[in-house]
Amino acid sequence: MTMPEGEQPREYPDGVPLAEQPNWNKDFPTDVPDDHYVARREFVKFLVLTSGAFVAGQCWIAASSLRRGPGPSPRHRICTVAELEARRVVEFRYPDDHEPCLALAVEPGRFVAYAQECTHLACAVVPHLEKGEMHCPCHNGSFAVNDGRPIAGPPRRPLTLVELEVQDGAVFAVGSVRRTV
Amino acid sequence: MKPILTRRQKDTIVAGILCLVGLLAVLQLWLLTATMNAFMGGDESVVWPAAAASLGCLLMNLWLLRRLLFLERAGG
Repeated sequence: MTMPEGEQPREYPDGVPLAEQPNWNKDFPTDVPDDHYVARREFVKFLVLTSGAFVAGQCWIAASSLRRGPGPSPRHRICTVAELEARRVVEFRYPDDHEPCLALAVEPGRFVAYAQECTHLACAVVPHLEKGEMHCPCHNGSFAVNDGRPIAGPPRRPLTLVELEVQDGAVFAVGSVRRTV
Repeated sequence: MKPILTRRQKDTIVAGILCLVGLLAVLQLWLLTATMNAFMGGDESVVWPAAAASLGCLLMNLWLLRRLLFLERAGG
């Protein structure tokens, strides 16, 4: 059998030439290397499309950063020092009504406050002061009460820290800090 | 005059391009997750450089795709 100029002979994975292939393969011949070639070419096109989707995602994050900007940090009265020391945990909302936070009396005279939103998938964390941790029941994540850093489970970022100020026997929230480490 | 490439040669070139494009796409995926983590953590300083780097990877990928399409047209 002669091949037209420029055309290359078909190749099969078993290395057997076309003439010796079974009848079904002669009736429906598959050019395996050509098939691989087309599949790889199409996969490259798909990957470039995926690459474009990643850039769209990056642009979305960049646009969100413009929209977010540095917001105002209102001053919010949480409770009195005596009340916080007595209850050890006080719930409040800061900086607006949609963001629940917890103020904790870690030691006598030492207070910390964190956003209650877990940094993994935004479930509400529950304080376990006797264990020294804030526990997220959704995926068993834990954060240290002292600094809000993740100590177990899937969360990788610390809890959002709420800055506190004590004035005239009352505890005030004066700002919040998102952290990566 | 450009030489006519055999199927085996074209196959090797496509495999090489596929590796490079795959590598760049994985780099972009890493960039996206790292940027998202930084953004969620309040660090916005990396957002624009990461977007520029990702765009650079896309341009590189598009150039490689263009080479691939030229390879098609070149025949062989």
